[in-house]
Amino acid sequence: MKDIAIVAFSQSDCLARAGAANEVELIMPQLRAVFSQVGLNNAQDVDFVCSGSCDYLQGAAFAFVAGVDALGAVPPIKESHVEMDAAWALYESILKIRMGQADSALIYGFGKSSSGELPIVLSQQLDPYYLAPLWVDTVSLAAMQARMLLEKELITERAMAQVVARARMHGRNNPHAQLGGEVSVDELLAAPTFVSPLRESDCAPVADGAAAMIICTPDKAREWGVPYALISGIDHRIETHNLGMRDLTDSVSTRLAAQTAGVSRGPVEVAEVYAPFSHQEIILGRALGLGDETVINPSGGVMVGNLMMASGLSRLGEVFRRIVSGEVSRGVAHATSGPCLQHNLVAVLESA
Amino acid sequence: MAQPEVLSQAFELGFTYTRSTGPVVGKFLTGLRDRTISGIKASDGRVIVPPMEYDPQTAAALTEFVEVGQQGEIVSWCWVKQPRAAHPIQQPFAWAMIRLDGADVAMIHCVVADAEEQLFTGARVSAVWADETRGYITDIRCFEIAGGQDSE
Repeated sequence: MKDIAIVAFSQSDCLARAGAANEVELIMPQLRAVFSQVGLNNAQDVDFVCSGSCDYLQGAAFAFVAGVDALGAVPPIKESHVEMDAAWALYESILKIRMGQADSALIYGFGKSSSGELPIVLSQQLDPYYLAPLWVDTVSLAAMQARMLLEKELITERAMAQVVARARMHGRNNPHAQLGGEVSVDELLAAPTFVSPLRESDCAPVADGAAAMIICTPDKAREWGVPYALISGIDHRIETHNLGMRDLTDSVSTRLAAQTAGVSRGPVEVAEVYAPFSHQEIILGRALGLGDETVINPSGGVMVGNLMMASGLSRLGEVFRRIVSGEVSRGVAHATSGPCLQHNLVAVLESA
Repeated sequence: MAQPEVLSQAFELGFTYTRSTGPVVGKFLTGLRDRTISGIKASDGRVIVPPMEYDPQTAAALTEFVEVGQQGEIVSWCWVKQPRAAHPIQQPFAWAMIRLDGADVAMIHCVVADAEEQLFTGARVSAVWADETRGYITDIRCFEIAGGQDSE
């Protein structure tokens, strides 16, 4: 299997409200940033482009096509899109490179969640006959998952608050974070429940923004003369859409993906996991087999800023940055999609 | 820099098309119109409610329908203090995973109760039908905590 090199990554600030800025305006600074990291001029200088976004956030069919305006796609470019987090746009790009159809690819993800009521918008990704007409929101689904874990004594509310406190602490060092600061576990637990058993602090904040990445073959990275990290393994797995048939206290799909991606084949110094709810970080830590030797979400993760459709890609970007800076030599990135961790992608990143 | 004026307009998000629901989903929804609830047997014999067209493990097409009870047990739940405008209930209520009598797999629906304290995992609930049933999942208006004596 061909190794894939990540050569550039950039993420916007997580903004509670991007105001009048449209999606193209959210994307363009990130594209500019990754092009300049590699010394490229524009999208003409890569072989393939793939984006991840969700038309439901904009509330219009084929809204993602407007995102292509950020690329300057004249003369024509090879371009694709996934109606998923851009981590899956990365996956498609990797396949394209491994098939020998491209040596390099630009990936970007974007979302302006503030235009709508995100948990309700996401309710429409559910079963169209049995769940979507009820408008059951994603926070409520996660709350039922949390209760299962609590009542089976697989987690405690204190452990959930510890996840939040650690995320906010890490968020202080993340210039793009929306939340960050010192908050004690007791302070968090003193707050009333929001959708019980969840407190508002257990839920990732809603944010607008974008992220971009450039990947290529290691040969291409050396030709460009830029530092890079290698994706040595990647896999994604999905569980049934019927929540009643899943074991919501575990993440079977993450476990499987971690196995095939080779997570346990070496030490995991750092892990960036996409856990939009505090209890889900605990589930994911267990499914990935992470122990005390691993620093989980040094960026603060999505608990300090959740860019829908870009945060999964950002998890890889955060690990990439730490490897290229020499801070760590091996790490794991995880992305999720769907209610209660339905669909999960796991990647192993290593220093070149 | 002054922020430009933001133009905004209300937009209704929804499916603007209709489609046939097919022999499995359609049969279930038609059953709701007649105030019955049906499930389907999975490859391993478990009864799935609402019915699925294909088994998530074996991918086998499923065909064996089973009528299930209109009461069941709460498997998990959450309490919505502040209902959202789109929610089907506009006073504090619960979402719950409910395993109906005769079913093995829990379904998700809303539960109306006066207070959070009335809810607990394992609580018995019964379906409340809408005044007019039309073949939608919302024909079950909600569930409510079952009384000591079953009405049916």
